[in-house]
Amino acid sequence: MLVELGHFSLVLAMLMSAAQAWFGLAGPALRQPQWSAVAYSAVAGQLLFVGLAAAALLHAFIGNDFSVLYVASNSNSALPTFYRIAAFWGAHEGSLLLWICVLCLWTVAVALRSHHLPRPFASRVLGVLGLVSFGFMLFTLATSNPFRRLLPAALDGRDLNPLLQDFALAVHPPILYAGYVGLSVGFAFACATLIEGRTGQDWARWMRPWTIISWAFLGCGIALGSWWAYYELGWGGYWFWDPVENASFMPWLMATALIHSLAVTDKRGLFKSWTLLLAIGAFSLSLLGTFLVRSGVLVSVHSFAADPARGVFILTFLVIMIGGALSLYAWRAPRLVSSAGFALVSRESMLLFNNILLVVATAVVFGGTLAPLIAETLGLGTLSVGPPYFSPSFMVPVLPLLALLGVGMHARWRRGGLGDARRPVLTIAALAVILGLAICLGAYASRSVLAWVGATLGCWLILSSLIDPVDRMRRKLSLPAAIVGMSMAHIGLGVFVLGVTLVETATVERDVALRAGQGVQLAGYTFTYEGGENIAGPNYNGYRGHVVVTRNGSTVAQLTPEKRNYWVQGSVMTEAGISASWTRDLFAALGEDVGAGAWSLRLQYRPLIRFIWFGALIMAIGGIVTLFDRRYAYASVASAETADATTQRATP
Amino acid sequence: MKRALCALLLSMLATAGHAVDNTPALPTDALQARYRALTHELRCMQCQNESLADSNVSLAADLRLQVRELLIAGKSDAEVRDYMVMRYGEFILFRPRMNWRNSWLWSAPVILLIAGAAVAVRIIRSRLRLLASDDSSLDGFDP
Repeated sequence: MLVELGHFSLVLAMLMSAAQAWFGLAGPALRQPQWSAVAYSAVAGQLLFVGLAAAALLHAFIGNDFSVLYVASNSNSALPTFYRIAAFWGAHEGSLLLWICVLCLWTVAVALRSHHLPRPFASRVLGVLGLVSFGFMLFTLATSNPFRRLLPAALDGRDLNPLLQDFALAVHPPILYAGYVGLSVGFAFACATLIEGRTGQDWARWMRPWTIISWAFLGCGIALGSWWAYYELGWGGYWFWDPVENASFMPWLMATALIHSLAVTDKRGLFKSWTLLLAIGAFSLSLLGTFLVRSGVLVSVHSFAADPARGVFILTFLVIMIGGALSLYAWRAPRLVSSAGFALVSRESMLLFNNILLVVATAVVFGGTLAPLIAETLGLGTLSVGPPYFSPSFMVPVLPLLALLGVGMHARWRRGGLGDARRPVLTIAALAVILGLAICLGAYASRSVLAWVGATLGCWLILSSLIDPVDRMRRKLSLPAAIVGMSMAHIGLGVFVLGVTLVETATVERDVALRAGQGVQLAGYTFTYEGGENIAGPNYNGYRGHVVVTRNGSTVAQLTPEKRNYWVQGSVMTEAGISASWTRDLFAALGEDVGAGAWSLRLQYRPLIRFIWFGALIMAIGGIVTLFDRRYAYASVASAETADATTQRATP
Repeated sequence: MKRALCALLLSMLATAGHAVDNTPALPTDALQARYRALTHELRCMQCQNESLADSNVSLAADLRLQVRELLIAGKSDAEVRDYMVMRYGEFILFRPRMNWRNSWLWSAPVILLIAGAAVAVRIIRSRLRLLASDDSSLDGFDP
């Protein structure tokens, strides 16, 4: 009964979103201000009914209602409660409902924070969000309904995929989605700007915080997924350039470009149409990612027919939303001109390079991800594109980007030059080259040129990000949150670059078969296999091995890799044994029993791998810190004052 | 979630995933290094997106053994790749070959970079011309 109520709530929520779209967009267009008020009520109604729908599904999971097909396919009575909740988004249907919930929360947040926006503008933003919401609810109800019944009910469920029975992966989807879906807010702001034909730049400041928050969430979500892949998949990799990963990485790259372009638009009124295009592009890429993943076009080129209905629906939705937004853009963008100028070396030019290089990087990932599809369509035969293509190609735009970043941060606006920062920047460039060499040769005895380049760039980013804050502190000036956040984000990038560089160039790994008591040398550490025992968990049984790692005779770590057999699905999972520290990870994963008491083991030494996720986290926190800048508070007061003036202009 | 779905699809192929290479070590370190590199850039034909080195389906294990034998027999890396392509097609290569047919793919990053540079030059030239007459105020905040 509750399940049917949930189903019914979702239908009502869809109708609410249709009302939100209509009244939000038609209100200002037909000059009916009271209609806009209805859009707000529709948002509230949507929150209620989406909440009810989600609660109904959650209840079915917690209460083990195996008469619901989705629950029966993704849960089991032996599954711990925490994972029963996470099973909500463990597969396609539920994750769409999660998408809808997140979009609903973003919409509510926009509605609550819209008091400083001109009324018609806020109304249009809600209208566009309503359209997006409507599309996704229709998609869910038409092709992927999580509330479908299973008659007769199953005695027990088929269990959640064991790969997903893990803390990081349980929280990864909501966080990733918060970012993914958050980009729709920027998209809605861009559409509203275009619909109104605003020629100013005030919208850039309104849009900035939303873009930064969703960018931060997206970054955290990707990093969590990467961390999970590292310890859960059992082969020690953290990024595979898999189509599914690329689908989340491309919007992140675009959003990064957008944040920087918004800075120029906000400050100088430059790049207005470009910024709008980026906002549309970032959201388009998140829709496209959804299409690629959900339709199964790319996971395997040969399974296009896996579920064509879903693919066709998303493709249609994509064409309508993106086509509509781009037509709007083509119509309105020519009006957005600026007469501002800037010098060859100026903050504006550097941010222009930033944008171009980030877009090239996105295009490289895009091309590589779609290459198998392109090749097949053009009759060029089948093709696989993997890390050996992506890694070098991605460096083509990204190395110049990182090199320019340290200069760009200090370039002055408009007439440009580096001003007082010239000397410290040059000093730090020299210092970074030497430090890079010292790290490679001294600490890791690596002669790889790439390692040196990477280490140099990492040091360059970290040190040059410190120039501004240190200088301000020395001169006893105030330290605005915007500057602290920007420096943090760039330091995070530097930390990330250092991590990636050393993991890629200085990792040592070996696959060996060891009998109890046997050991092997790896990067100065001795890994000794000391046997193991059988174990039993709530919904699995398995084997736990003990690997003792010693260095110079003293024990450094005790690793307990496990091999688990989840009996419901009959699938075997590897739990790696990892000893983590700032400077290195020691990693052991069990292979299989090769007979005579010996097990095959994958052993790894990975330097600085924690820097990768830690760097990503600092980046995201840096973004959030900038939101606390005092001038955002001023901005909302100032824009509230100008709001009335703009309102009149916007609705002539 | 994307990754979750991927994982889900992975698990549908009951055999996929999480291998530790059981192939006996090659006689010399140089050969072992080449073996490692090769098995990482050849694709497991039964899996979603895994290299031979990371897969434990039996076909991947067989192919690893074959790579080993070919290397011991003194074949070059290129010969090993050719052998695999002859049997399984271009699809097995994670590193698409640098040939005429794939030229668009391999040249894309550089061409895009050059196109980007051209765009940057155009924009900067037009903005430099505007600089002389631009005396707008610089409020707003820095980063």
